[in-house]
Amino acid sequence: MIKTIFALLKKDLLLELRQQHSFYGILLYVASTIFVLSLSIPQNPEGAVWNGLFWIVQIFVCVNAVAKSFLQESRGRMLYFYSIAGAKEFIIAKLIYNTILMLVMCLLSLGLFFVLLKNPLVHTPRFIGIVCVGGISISLVFTLLAAIAAKAQQNAALMAILGFPLIIPQLLLLVKLSKSAFGEIFREGALLQLSLLIVGLDVMVIALSIILFPFLWKD
Amino acid sequence: MRKNWWKILAGVLLVYTFTAGLLIKVPSLGNLKETIRNMFFHVPMWFSQIILLTTALVYSIKYLRKPDLRFDIYAEAFTKTGILMGILGLVTGAIWATYAWGEPWSNDPKQIGVAIALLIYFAYLVLRNAIPDIDKRARVSAVYNIFAYFIYLPLIMILPRMVESLHPGGKGVEGNPALNGSDLDPMMRIVFWPAVIGWTLLATWITTLNIRLYLIRDKNLLHAE
Repeated sequence: MIKTIFALLKKDLLLELRQQHSFYGILLYVASTIFVLSLSIPQNPEGAVWNGLFWIVQIFVCVNAVAKSFLQESRGRMLYFYSIAGAKEFIIAKLIYNTILMLVMCLLSLGLFFVLLKNPLVHTPRFIGIVCVGGISISLVFTLLAAIAAKAQQNAALMAILGFPLIIPQLLLLVKLSKSAFGEIFREGALLQLSLLIVGLDVMVIALSIILFPFLWKD
Repeated sequence: MRKNWWKILAGVLLVYTFTAGLLIKVPSLGNLKETIRNMFFHVPMWFSQIILLTTALVYSIKYLRKPDLRFDIYAEAFTKTGILMGILGLVTGAIWATYAWGEPWSNDPKQIGVAIALLIYFAYLVLRNAIPDIDKRARVSAVYNIFAYFIYLPLIMILPRMVESLHPGGKGVEGNPALNGSDLDPMMRIVFWPAVIGWTLLATWITTLNIRLYLIRDKNLLHAE
């Protein structure tokens, strides 16, 4: 099982390296979004605004980055995977791949935010940690939704409709958690509680994806 | 008669709710005054909404275990009535809030929770309409329904406790204490729980009518199996 997951993951990563146009496409999407953002709001936005904008941009990036992971698989190719791997291996490989992709995108957009919108953070390393956790959470939720939306054959728009209400719990927790990186003082134990909630939600989303994906898999 | 007793019960309980709910002596609590009676109408609607959506979840799970189109029809009908009860709960809450809080919408965490619930289940309906193939629609929407429910439930459990709320049970604020289950006035309790049952039964009745309609609509599909 682990071997199959690894092989599927390797295939996705190799595809990414060989067909770099899609990777650069998303990268350009990130860059132009943040550039437009920096032109349309006043220079040096205050912390709360910066924080909110950052997470909203991450969601849009995630919709675009993750959506293609199921869209790029043609019908014939899905049939081929069906004959060589199980549904569980397939979804686990996709979850891992999307997490890696989203981590890269999150960190790159964080860099762009620093360059174009300055850095209002007090604890930068801590925020980078939160961004990693956030990127993972967001990509996990959107992976199963991408699989659902791919079944309805109209990807990005439907994914936004389905995903935005569902991402709100994580988003609220993340925005709240990131406030600690802007120097806001939390009550003792509150930070740990927030982080545990996020991790708990992540575990639940992974479990649900693994349980539910086999039903989507067969056509 | 034997099969329809619960419809009569629904009627009786709701008549009781309306008469007793408007006539009994209610405790006078600060600025709530008589608006506390809204509790017999607004709060039970949320109870019934959650009950209906949970029923829809059960049918979605049943569909995935055994792909019978009837389960999909049940799930759809229960979700639709759940949305209806959600909208009614929102409206009754907003009318009450206009007088109690001074404005119909104040971005209270529970109000946000409601808005999210409605968005999630409207998305469910959009998803259903986006898939023309009947079996595929049933399967995909069942998957989405289960996924959405398990994300929505923690949301309404966690969120209100995390942020300060005008509603009872919020963090750090005393709020309007009467609506906490444990310190519910005994006088109000004898109206409140019948009201919950009454509204839920009425919603189930509406759902069964819808189900019968859908079963007739899809008669050919169901018999073809």
